[in-house]
Amino acid sequence: MADNKPLEVQEKKEVVGKGEKTVPARYYMPNTDIRETEDALLVVMEVPGVDRKDVDIKVEEDTLKVEARIDTAKYDGMEPLYTEYNVGHFARQFALSHMIDQQQIGATLNDGVLTLTLKKVQEAKPRRIEIG
Amino acid sequence: MAFVYSDPFETLFQFQNALDQLRSSNWLQASPSGGGSYPPMNVFRKEDDIVMVIEVPGVRKSDLKIEAKGNTIRIAGTKTIEQGGQASVHRVERRGGSFDRAITLPIEVDADRIKAECRDGILALYLPRAERDKPRAISIA
Repeated sequence: MADNKPLEVQEKKEVVGKGEKTVPARYYMPNTDIRETEDALLVVMEVPGVDRKDVDIKVEEDTLKVEARIDTAKYDGMEPLYTEYNVGHFARQFALSHMIDQQQIGATLNDGVLTLTLKKVQEAKPRRIEIG
Repeated sequence: MAFVYSDPFETLFQFQNALDQLRSSNWLQASPSGGGSYPPMNVFRKEDDIVMVIEVPGVRKSDLKIEAKGNTIRIAGTKTIEQGGQASVHRVERRGGSFDRAITLPIEVDADRIKAECRDGILALYLPRAERDKPRAISIA
């Protein structure tokens, strides 16, 4: 992607219709890139304002669930004057195909970007077949 | 009103509603790069001072440049998206590129005492209100 073109603001998308949140606060869908390399699937999500201890990654019934919570205490005693975006926790889930090794999921968090590395199972990796 | 978070659930919802109501606030007057440009920011008042909270996920500290002149703040930088060599792409939602935004505040700030902090993709600017701009109590002689 060219780095010199001006960036535009991407409006946050609210998480709707999952029906599992019991608190009234809104959740947002983190902007996510998914890339596939030879041996892994990389899921890269933007979760600004989230500390590593507030990230919850779960695999349940072939679904990868990511929840990332912001620290609202940082806004204590602050009175909003002007706003351009809303704040809230982040949540998103993905169905995992059988080519993913569910035991080998790695995660790193850097500058508000969460990178999940989903290793492929051995059988799903490309193999070179020799002619016998 | 200032928010104090005792119950983290109800209060976040109230806070979100309060932020929504200010989406059309004209506290920052229209200027060439006023609203709608990148990076998006929220402006708060904390006691006498102003705090700007700016979302810059994926922007390294070293790729950010912040300048202050009078009561104009300029935030420029580059957001780089790592492409990671030989990868096939399934989904692309993140965008990279460069940005340059200047904001003129309707109050006087003490440019020498501005503090900037960048953590977890959030840039926070602490802008102390200039002493000469603060309201003064007038005693009746």
